[in-house]
Amino acid sequence: MTTDYIAANSKQIEQFLTFELANEVYGVEILKVQEIRGWEAVRVIPNAPSFIKGVLNLRGSVIPIVDLRERFSLEHCDYTQKTVVIVLCVKRSHAETFVMGIVADAVSDVLDIKCSEIKKAPNFGAQLDTRYMRGMHVYKQNMIMLLDVDKLLNPDELDDIETISDSVSVDYDELL
Amino acid sequence: MSIDMSQFHQVFFEECFEGLEAMESGLLSLNIGDIDSEVINTIFRAAHSIKGGSGTFGFTVVAEYTHIMETLLDEMRDGRRQVTKKAVDVLLGSVDCLREMLTSIQNEEDVNMVSAAKHQAALEIELNGSAGSGSAPKAIEVHEIAPVAVANESEEIDEEQGWKIAFCPYLNLLKTGNDPVRLFRELNGLGEFTANVNIQDVPPFDELDPEECNISWELKLVTDAKEAAIREIFSWVEDDCALEIAPLSKPKKVKKLKVTPSAPAVDVVEVISVAPEVVESTAKKAAAVVESDPSKNTPKASSSIRVDTDKIDTLINMVGEVVITQSMLGLIGENFTMDKVGQLKRGLAQLERHTRDLQQSVMNIRMLPISFVFSRFPRLVHDISTQLHKKITLKLVGENTEVDKAVVELINDPLVHLIRNSLDHGIEMPAERIAAGKPEMGTIELKAYHRGGHIVIEIVDDGRGMDKAKLLAKAIEKGLVDEATIMSDKQILELIFMPGFSTAEKLTDISGRGVGMDVVRRNIQSLGGNIDIISELGKGSTIAIHLPLTLAILDGQSVAVGDETYIVPLVSIIESINITEKMLNKVAGKGETFKLRSEYLPIIRMREIFNVKSGEATKSNEGVIVVVEGQGALCGFLVDELLGQQQVVIKSLEANYRRVEGVSGATILGDGSVALILDVPGLVRLSVR
Repeated sequence: MTTDYIAANSKQIEQFLTFELANEVYGVEILKVQEIRGWEAVRVIPNAPSFIKGVLNLRGSVIPIVDLRERFSLEHCDYTQKTVVIVLCVKRSHAETFVMGIVADAVSDVLDIKCSEIKKAPNFGAQLDTRYMRGMHVYKQNMIMLLDVDKLLNPDELDDIETISDSVSVDYDELL
Repeated sequence: MSIDMSQFHQVFFEECFEGLEAMESGLLSLNIGDIDSEVINTIFRAAHSIKGGSGTFGFTVVAEYTHIMETLLDEMRDGRRQVTKKAVDVLLGSVDCLREMLTSIQNEEDVNMVSAAKHQAALEIELNGSAGSGSAPKAIEVHEIAPVAVANESEEIDEEQGWKIAFCPYLNLLKTGNDPVRLFRELNGLGEFTANVNIQDVPPFDELDPEECNISWELKLVTDAKEAAIREIFSWVEDDCALEIAPLSKPKKVKKLKVTPSAPAVDVVEVISVAPEVVESTAKKAAAVVESDPSKNTPKASSSIRVDTDKIDTLINMVGEVVITQSMLGLIGENFTMDKVGQLKRGLAQLERHTRDLQQSVMNIRMLPISFVFSRFPRLVHDISTQLHKKITLKLVGENTEVDKAVVELINDPLVHLIRNSLDHGIEMPAERIAAGKPEMGTIELKAYHRGGHIVIEIVDDGRGMDKAKLLAKAIEKGLVDEATIMSDKQILELIFMPGFSTAEKLTDISGRGVGMDVVRRNIQSLGGNIDIISELGKGSTIAIHLPLTLAILDGQSVAVGDETYIVPLVSIIESINITEKMLNKVAGKGETFKLRSEYLPIIRMREIFNVKSGEATKSNEGVIVVVEGQGALCGFLVDELLGQQQVVIKSLEANYRRVEGVSGATILGDGSVALILDVPGLVRLSVR
């Protein structure tokens, strides 16, 4: 579906919010972002997967917080003053949306990206699951991984702890 | 002058449905052969106000239909007619039909005319059948039988695009395996479709051949489809009927068909001879096909609520009190000095009390008597017991018990399922009952009462009860349990809640597909309740459902485990005690128990079951044991500390996340942090695993 979508809208420009995670840059569609806030203590959910840090009170509704470092099996790092929570509005199904937060090291920028410049993620085989990726984009010689938030944060998907990457060590020359 | 009538529609529909319910319960309480004028009056009044209302709002179909019911009821009231079982059944059928019509109108769909015509025919027969002597040909007004369509207004518009189709099947149409109803459905797909049936040619009963098609139709189809499209639909029956298709704008009168709904009454009161059974059977046959999709007609959930004026008055009083307290506090705050601290404290205490009262009265508004659910069951029991040839009475106890509106809405389906089960599997056939030395008439009792912070709904039957040996054998056969497992009686009974379990020897359309009970239990658990069974072979079964009174707010005890704070619902707490080392025992070095007076209770260490890592491990002699009741058994939760009691607003975890085992929801504490509310029965289940 992603490829068709890209082909049909190749001239369109989409905005992405980029953020850092273990020195890699990731991006999410800005239309999904509800707000950005500083890290604060959360309430732990018992017996939840380790990447679900807990739940937070966001003006009266209880939202879960996902640590993407742990989700992607990156090395753990302590939360600091600079750690941010990006609150995203995710589509669960056609009509249902829900709110979730992701922890990132820092927010970097908002980029205008032409849909034609979004490259499909190459098949990394078993070592890397690309289902959660919208695609990849090269910005000033830097790789940006664009995440498909709806798939990545679907609560039904949160069970399979699969790694997306241990940082992209794969050769991506073909993309450039 | 034009007033937008649609603003009153919602109220009208609600009143209609209430009226229908009143009619239904009145009809069910009518004793056959005995005329209780009070009951008949009630039914009559309900029918009359529906008729009046629908006339006002221009729902002529409903008004005309109710008019016939009214005539019948009027005769009963005056004693001109006996109350027979048949008459009551026909009236009950028409109540259903009216409900269907009103639902369609409410959902802005077309009224199912075929089923309406069927009921109307049955009504007419009942009405006219006993007027003359039994064998005399019965008079039926044609225009009453012809389904009167919603299209009454559209009739006046001449420029309508569409087709008028005269469809006169030859006698052998049915024999060739063609079904007119199927054609009509096809036509209905093309546009706004109206059918007028013509039964002039139906012969007297003694000359009738049920396999011959003696009726013809005049069809009206408002559509922009081409004539060819319509011809194509009829292509299968072309050789077995006379077909004339004419455009609507130039109405072409077919000689054979004189009847149109808008024609003046004088024209159409044609008295013909017809055997009632024919009309009924053909109509039934026709209706059977169309009616097969009733699921579409689910009524819109009512989003409004009727509240006692008393409740509102109390609420207004409360608000007044709060306002007074607030202005008093404002006064203290204006030029505050330290000597006013006592006054301030008193004011705050007062405010707290008023807020609590206010909250309670607001919650009260959401409370509805459980009779909203219960009132549907007499009918269900009546219908199903007739269908199964069983004799069953239903006793309702505690109908005025109040419960949250949300619970009322969600409890209906599980209850229907459980009652069907009792009817189908629980109560025996009359002969079997007599043989077992029981009264012929079986009894099902539906009870509701409050206990603690819960409402308990019990379904008690005096039927055959559940055979535990059979249950166990079945479970082993299905591989649901191991043969070697030793199970208590209670555990065996709970087997029926396992998915894919059904002991019924044969499947009936009422119950026995084995998909039900696990769904019932899941539904009830999702409401925060639980379900228990007691059953004795030969004596009957009792199914008890425990539900929380409200789904929005609960009284909770907050407890600390490490850095975490959890809320234990106060209603499930029996007591809390400080423990000492001596009170703890280990069974086989593993299962921990402690002695509470004369009982040994299992201990659930919250720290372990929830994998809490923060803080130091609770020492055996420092923690607090909260004794709770869940799933009918007592057990102790070992926590670090009791924090305090407070009322908490329940927030759903599922809204943004998903269900977490052992947790029924979340809430926000005074400091803005989140605390999880424990699901006590769930935790007990979790710890058993």
